[in-house]
Amino acid sequence: MILFGQILEVLIGGLLSGVLYSLVALGFVLIFKASGVFNFAQGAMVLLAGLALVRPLDYLVAQGVPFWVAVVLGLVFAAAVMTVTAWLIERFVLGPLVNQDGLILFMSTIGVTFILEGAAQMIFGADAYPLRLFPTDAWFLFEDQFPGGVLVNKLDVWGGMIAGVLVAGLAVFFQRTKTGRALRAVADDHSAAQSVGIPISWIWFIVWLVAGLVALVAATVWGTKLGVQFSITFLALKALPVLIIGGFTSVPGAIVGGLIIGAGEKLAEVYLGPYMGGGIEYWFGFVLALLVLMVRPQGLFGERIIERI
Amino acid sequence: MLYREAGQFKTSYAADMAVFPIRQDRIAFWILLAVVFVGIPLLAHFHIWPFGSDYLLRAILIPFLILSLAAVGLNILTGYCGQLSLGSGAFMAIGAYCAYKFGTGVDILWLSIPPLPVLPSILLGGLMAALVGVLFGVPSLRIKGLYLAVATLAAQFFFDWVFARVKWFTNYTPSGSVNAPQLEFFGLFVNTPIERYLLCLIFVVVFAAIAKNLVRGNLGRQWMAIRDMDIAAELIGIRPLYAKLMAFAISSFMVGVAGALWAFVYLGSWEPLAFNIDRSFQILFMVIIGGLGSILGSFLGAAFILVLPILLDQVPHALGIPISVETVSLLVFIVTGALICYLLIVEPHGFARLWSTAKEKLRLWPYPY
Repeated sequence: MILFGQILEVLIGGLLSGVLYSLVALGFVLIFKASGVFNFAQGAMVLLAGLALVRPLDYLVAQGVPFWVAVVLGLVFAAAVMTVTAWLIERFVLGPLVNQDGLILFMSTIGVTFILEGAAQMIFGADAYPLRLFPTDAWFLFEDQFPGGVLVNKLDVWGGMIAGVLVAGLAVFFQRTKTGRALRAVADDHSAAQSVGIPISWIWFIVWLVAGLVALVAATVWGTKLGVQFSITFLALKALPVLIIGGFTSVPGAIVGGLIIGAGEKLAEVYLGPYMGGGIEYWFGFVLALLVLMVRPQGLFGERIIERI
Repeated sequence: MLYREAGQFKTSYAADMAVFPIRQDRIAFWILLAVVFVGIPLLAHFHIWPFGSDYLLRAILIPFLILSLAAVGLNILTGYCGQLSLGSGAFMAIGAYCAYKFGTGVDILWLSIPPLPVLPSILLGGLMAALVGVLFGVPSLRIKGLYLAVATLAAQFFFDWVFARVKWFTNYTPSGSVNAPQLEFFGLFVNTPIERYLLCLIFVVVFAAIAKNLVRGNLGRQWMAIRDMDIAAELIGIRPLYAKLMAFAISSFMVGVAGALWAFVYLGSWEPLAFNIDRSFQILFMVIIGGLGSILGSFLGAAFILVLPILLDQVPHALGIPISVETVSLLVFIVTGALICYLLIVEPHGFARLWSTAKEKLRLWPYPY
């Protein structure tokens, strides 16, 4: 019974932290779906959004502004920063690169990563800044069933709820609104979309804006968990196996992939790790993704790749 | 006016297919070889400007040569065969650590190999990298593009962990950092920066020649067919299994040798951090900025990516602008990123394409039509 409780605890912790990976992976999926660009800069955007939130917030609180007012102002400011960033990226990097090969676009987003990382830290400071938006203490569940109960982080639960709301919101946006339909049209075929009068540059701006806002949401949760600091950009790498398992083009896939990776990673670390010297969390997700790819090359929910000559 | 091929008639197929079909190119190439093999060592030996101290040799030319070799290796895989790889850092690490193990003696189970001389251990290190490369190349038969890139990232993270955690590879040193053995080749000791430079140069020239001739031949054409359209290549009778895995093997071999050189010749003593994901990205940048599918491009890209941050570091210093070291490093980030974006917009095919455009222009100069 103790063992079962322990497994349950690890499983729940893993699933919830997997949802947090999904938050980052969502940003990737949005941009890939709508423009075919594999946006390596998503991690840097999380860093930028986090810094643009936490610095004004700290400043306002130090000025004596009530905390919740400061939070709202900080969020508005960060959203404005992400809007400007989206516009700049579309205008100066992706706009001139229309019709280039996917690899070139991918490389250009790595260039954007460097610029964002450098600029964000230069403007807002390069230290680690703690962010306290969500409670970080823990709940103990099922205390009567298992001795000691099952420990669940409140922050992770918040993250899960936010991810759920975000996915629902994005699904409505993609399926029900005019802009969302235009986005899907652009994703299907650039030139056909253009020929029926959809302005591509505007659509791409919207996509990057939405990805920037998703990065802001991810930054609130991850910033609370780790503090806003440079290492947050590595989240982008942690989110890659999530993408692979879920498929690059599927929003629900990003969530399911996150759950699988999160749970798999934690279970492997706790039950396999001790036999292998520990720290296997570091690569387990990637090897899991590799195995999934061997069976289903397009990921679990990705669109089937059909090739013609 | 000097760069004309008028009067140079090719009378055989071999002459037509030569690496340098134009005589001026051949002469320029031999002059270049003379400069790098004789000129630079002489200048460095007599401390003539710009080789006043060995900084240029030690901190720029040696890493440039080694990373060019790695870039040539990756270019075979990514540029010629079209398989995107983000795991070059891992293959460099395998080359380095396996060369180290062979150099200090291997002892597993019933297998016991005495310490080998440096040259065989470096080559065996490359061979081990090639084996692992083939293993991680197997998924490429099913997946491609960005999915494959992420699959190669699995190699990167896995081997980062292996070399940090499996103490056997580091001979159980408590700090996890290891020292390269004394560099001795056929009784000659390689110690001074000039000797180290020449050693790297020999490796690079030999491997670049091999690479250049491979990509011109049967195998290279198979790779390019696979890159351009794999299904069509399969239909005309190219075996993807053989071609792709050969690309992985040869590419990983070169990258592994580069890793062994990086560890033995440039670093001297190193820890797993020397071959992390940043190294993989650095080499990929070199290949793409230099030009996919070009051996020359690998060298140009390596020069650009390696020298740019060093130059940018010096600029505020030289202009006498007082800014902190931290700000400079962030500025280097921004400028590097901006330059990469700018180059991709101006010339997505890299320096190699710029070079060939310049050569075309030169042939018509000064009377272009």
